[in-house]
Amino acid sequence: MDSEGSHNIAGVTEPEPLIGPGHTFETVTDKISSIVLTRGTTPGWVFGFLIAFSLLMLLNLVVTLLMIKGVGIWGIRVPTAWGFAIVNFVWWIGIGHAGTLISAILLLLHQKWRTSINRFAEAMTIFAVMCAGMFPLLHMGRPWLFFYLMPYPNPMWMWPQFRSPLVWDVFAVSTYFTVSLLFWFVGLIPDLATLRDRAKNKAAKIIYGMLSMGWRGSAVHWSRYETASLLLAGLATPLVVSVHTVVSFDFTIGIIPGWHTTIFPPYFVAGAIYSGFAMVLTLAIPIRKYYHLEDLVTMRHLETMAKVMLATGLIVAYGYAIEAFMAIYSGDPYERYMLWNRIHGPYRGLYFMLIACNIVIPQSLWSRRVRRSIPLLFIVSLVVNTGMWLERFVIVVISLSRDFIPSSWAVYLPTKWDWATYLGTFGLFFTLFYLFIRFLPMISIVEVRSLVHETSEEKPHS
Amino acid sequence: MSQIFHRSTNLVSRVSIYGAVLIIGALGYALYAIAMSPWYTDQNVKRQQPVPFSHRHHAGELGIDCRYCHTSVEKSSFAGVPPTQTCMTCHSQIWTNASMLEPVRASYRDDTSIPWIRVNALPDFVYFDHSIHISKGIGCTTCHGQIAEMALTERAGTLYMSWCLNCHRQPEKFVRDKSEVFNPFYEPPSGAKQLELGRKLVKEYKIQSYQHCSTCHR
Repeated sequence: MDSEGSHNIAGVTEPEPLIGPGHTFETVTDKISSIVLTRGTTPGWVFGFLIAFSLLMLLNLVVTLLMIKGVGIWGIRVPTAWGFAIVNFVWWIGIGHAGTLISAILLLLHQKWRTSINRFAEAMTIFAVMCAGMFPLLHMGRPWLFFYLMPYPNPMWMWPQFRSPLVWDVFAVSTYFTVSLLFWFVGLIPDLATLRDRAKNKAAKIIYGMLSMGWRGSAVHWSRYETASLLLAGLATPLVVSVHTVVSFDFTIGIIPGWHTTIFPPYFVAGAIYSGFAMVLTLAIPIRKYYHLEDLVTMRHLETMAKVMLATGLIVAYGYAIEAFMAIYSGDPYERYMLWNRIHGPYRGLYFMLIACNIVIPQSLWSRRVRRSIPLLFIVSLVVNTGMWLERFVIVVISLSRDFIPSSWAVYLPTKWDWATYLGTFGLFFTLFYLFIRFLPMISIVEVRSLVHETSEEKPHS
Repeated sequence: MSQIFHRSTNLVSRVSIYGAVLIIGALGYALYAIAMSPWYTDQNVKRQQPVPFSHRHHAGELGIDCRYCHTSVEKSSFAGVPPTQTCMTCHSQIWTNASMLEPVRASYRDDTSIPWIRVNALPDFVYFDHSIHISKGIGCTTCHGQIAEMALTERAGTLYMSWCLNCHRQPEKFVRDKSEVFNPFYEPPSGAKQLELGRKLVKEYKIQSYQHCSTCHR
């Protein structure tokens, strides 16, 4: 509230309200819960779900084949031992950063605009981390021995190699997943109780009843709920930064040209938030249209997210510039060659596409007209998602395919199974997302209600 | 609003939340117990052999030296399973009509091998060399157990990596004087005395506590 007041002092026009006019506690609750409870299963939902589910079955097929035949079905060949699997891992985990940023950091910073988007951004985070987590496991070749990564008492008397960033990854990602899941679930509890109370169907009452864990909305419950949310937000905040930092260590600890650089952690974190917000926009724009949520996820939300994208995109651009500068300034022939190879080598097309997608096109967001045009914003969000995928491809593949010894150079090309695995994780992601919007309130009823309360209180003052 | 759940649900939910922790813990322990059990490792499980050869009788009661049959143990990675001819050095003279030994005589007659069942076999990804262990003062019974008391031979260790590392991390607890290596009745001195002897021998025999991966996984 204070920050909004200061806008007035500075002479900036008062920001638009965060929810459409005429909303009361009742209408907010009705609007969000009816999507789950009374709207039913619509043909549009079934259509989308079936597409997602078929892709999930494709993933099932690829993973089965991978278990039988091994990672050779992918295009990974020495020297490029990290292909699509690692590119996709980093891409998905990057996407999984917006949710926790929105829910934790923005909660601690009292940014009210987070309330209508945090729930599905968190869901997106959890599903994206699930997709991400699959890739390193599948890439191990013998995924059924994944538990070797965990330090547990075993008859080999062996610990994992704690000096390896790949082990740090296991801890970083699993901690992030656990905390994000807890945060999401704790936030859901009062809403699940609302659904329980409003459900007509006996089975729904029982399921929502069990999930809401006996929530009655007493003052004690609310007080504990607030404390738990704050504590989890405090826990999650450092994780937003740490996870992608550790992911970037996977590269920086290696002495491969183009990887062994200190700019990676901050530039990876910025990139993660960049792609995360792009994905939130990609999801939010169709959903608000299809479920008529324009008065809850307003233009102001979209515009704010576009601004965050612009800011993080500039940090990423700075990262690229420093990367290129350091390659030249270092005087190291391998680093210099890496840069030359990016611009002139066999993958130069992808490098220029990356620059276009991540640096050039998003500059259009400086224009208020672009930020407020839904089709353009949607296109920019897709472009940034593509650009961030290309960034990981450029980092992983270009450096590996031409390492120190020219005799070992080889061009890496993904096979159809690489593409199938990647598409398959989209199946997993969207299947879970479709189930989420069908069975859980995709916008936090409780928090939006508190927004109604605060905006209606504010009105007389202004 | 009507109640969906009975009062007892409160108790059930509490018990199930705390119970889940216990059950997961118990499950982990059970898995570990199974992995360490003779049922899974074949430790201390007697193997039926084509001829019921008794180490107790030959090595224990008769006092035949290990190397009489396992000839290559000092020079090779493999201790050697004796050929039928080794059996026949004695059994062409004694117990020549014993029905129990008919497979041995048949093997000798037909020039075919006796299909002994291997008791201690390490996986192919493990490199193990008998000769270095013997020449650094590790006795047969350290790994093979009380062989002089086994009527039918059994595996004395789990053959897990922890079993190997147990000695590789602290050889002073197991090393013995070289003259005692082939003594199947050797009793190590108790506690502190073994440590004292062990430290002395480790130094004297220049035993290095190799623990890096490529020691065994070459």
